[in-house]
Amino acid sequence: MLGLEKKDFRLLLIVIGLTMFAPFILNPFPEGSEMAQFNAGYPDLMQRFVIFGIFAIGFNILFGLTGYLSFGHAAFLGVGSYAAVWMFKLLSMNVLPAIILSVIIAGLFSLIIGFISLRRSGIYFSILTLAFAQMSFALAYSVLTPITGGETGLQLALDDPRILGVSQTESGNIPVPALFGLEMRSSYELELGAWLFTFNAGYYLAAFFMILSFYLAIRIFRSPFGMMLRAIKSNQTRMSYTGLNAKPYTLAAFVISGMYAGLAGGLMASMDPLAGAERMQWTASGEVVLMTILGGAGTLIGPVLGAGMIKYFENIFSKINETILHGWFAFLPDGLENFVVALIYPFIGKGWHLTLGIVFMLVVIFLPGGLVQGGQKIMGLFRRKKPEPTKPNATEPAE
Amino acid sequence: MGILEVKGINKRFGGLQALGDVNLSVAENTTHAIIGPNGAGKSTLLNVLVGKLIPDSGSVMFDGQSVLGRKPHEINQMGISRVFQTPEIFSDLSVFENVMIPCFAKRDGAFRMHAIESIFAERGIQEQAEAILEDVNMLEKKDMIASSLSRGDKRRLEMAMCLVQDPKLLLLDEPTAGMARADTENTINLLKEIRQKRGITMAIIEHDMNVVFSLAERITVLAQGTPLVEDTPDNIKGHPKVREAYLGEAQV
Repeated sequence: MLGLEKKDFRLLLIVIGLTMFAPFILNPFPEGSEMAQFNAGYPDLMQRFVIFGIFAIGFNILFGLTGYLSFGHAAFLGVGSYAAVWMFKLLSMNVLPAIILSVIIAGLFSLIIGFISLRRSGIYFSILTLAFAQMSFALAYSVLTPITGGETGLQLALDDPRILGVSQTESGNIPVPALFGLEMRSSYELELGAWLFTFNAGYYLAAFFMILSFYLAIRIFRSPFGMMLRAIKSNQTRMSYTGLNAKPYTLAAFVISGMYAGLAGGLMASMDPLAGAERMQWTASGEVVLMTILGGAGTLIGPVLGAGMIKYFENIFSKINETILHGWFAFLPDGLENFVVALIYPFIGKGWHLTLGIVFMLVVIFLPGGLVQGGQKIMGLFRRKKPEPTKPNATEPAE
Repeated sequence: MGILEVKGINKRFGGLQALGDVNLSVAENTTHAIIGPNGAGKSTLLNVLVGKLIPDSGSVMFDGQSVLGRKPHEINQMGISRVFQTPEIFSDLSVFENVMIPCFAKRDGAFRMHAIESIFAERGIQEQAEAILEDVNMLEKKDMIASSLSRGDKRRLEMAMCLVQDPKLLLLDEPTAGMARADTENTINLLKEIRQKRGITMAIIEHDMNVVFSLAERITVLAQGTPLVEDTPDNIKGHPKVREAYLGEAQV
């Protein structure tokens, strides 16, 4: 199907299903109930899930396949955002040209940075990319203020010279990003009993792009090109003595993943038309590394899972505060209640990084293959209960 | 005029003359062994041939073209494949993928983006890969991850990866180093078979005299970076100069 093996096609269908029904899946608890704070089905967070999913899928093409650990990928995301906002300012509020330009600009930018950084490998490559990203951040923050808006970030204004479109709406507001008239922020709300489900136009646009990115990633993973990238990770000596030039392969992977990051940046700006330098900071680059490793570097679905998990932690765990905790443990005797709350408190609210750090450590130590490996282990437990199929020739005959 | 012509190669590492005025001619369709005591410059010479080292002076012509200044992958594309002392394979990949990669390298050259094509799209590539695995008796292991193979199997896999490219010249760097007796015998048989079936020219560096005398048709003896003598195996065995420099200690 669509040029995919059966197994990959099934995976694609699962991803399509999950993203299309995400407003239902992420809102399992009725509105107004105690558990409603664990609902993640609101547009802003759902958009972040899929956008960071795209970012991580792209990063995985570089890191997961070739093993080159870039610590500066946020720079491409930031550049993509700036390009998209400039497109809104100068051309039109339609998101398509903005997204296309952000992909192109991020691609060109990653071509330059990749060309220089890929002269080295291993830790030196990582440091070079980190240096470039921090340089871009510093430039965007100060020297390039006319282009980037500096500290305040790049925003739309009432006097933008929009060539195809109006500078202001009739009511004197800044127009909003839209896809041929369909506003990105427009949502349809569906009430089913106590449940409230929100279907947001922006989310579905981003989800469409994520599915497309995911499909492309599968094709790349299963292509001769993808195999060469894995060969680079495995043994560069044999690679060159097999008549293959590793450098253009790695550069191509670098540019492709840079374009994915640009797409994510463009989508981010399309959801909310502003771009700030902090999107390029090294913490943002580190985040996508965490996502990919947490989910499972080199696996297809892993980065998406990792992105989802980190964004969920960031947005849901960080919202639990002391009052909520007291509410949960109100049934305990007073002294014990305070004790339990004091025990859990460092791990929630502002302490969500601590929880994430512990989860990350556990995953890296016990599941080096990430969440995907965890899933496979659980599946394996279920399978083992069935009679094991006889292995053909487990022992090799001596020759 | 041989397929490989090495003329007047010099290479110094600081104060050490690793290669001094080395001349070597490997005739097409022969097995040519290069032997010599430790430090004779065998590995340096090999590294010059594959483009890993650039000599200070001299020329290396392969099939009528100079190889000097070319990168290893360019030299490989000219038709020189190399088998390493410790097998260099793609250990994280399956055996089948290991042999498919050289198939694609042969079809596409040093770089080509085939990002959308499926690995299995071209039937011919699969058949080639399967045929070569059949030849080295490894077809039933094609789905194994290469790192889990035994040392002998890794060697055979590496050989298959080189052979599937149909090289004009196969360079072997101590192909039986560190092998058990049985594995050594297997490798000798495999190399003999390759030689007979495919008619590939081979240049082999080896310590094990048993291996050298069962395979080589010509032998060059290197000592202290200079070729001492070049002759047939029978003449080499009895050559007084060689005995003095090298074989004396080995008691052949």
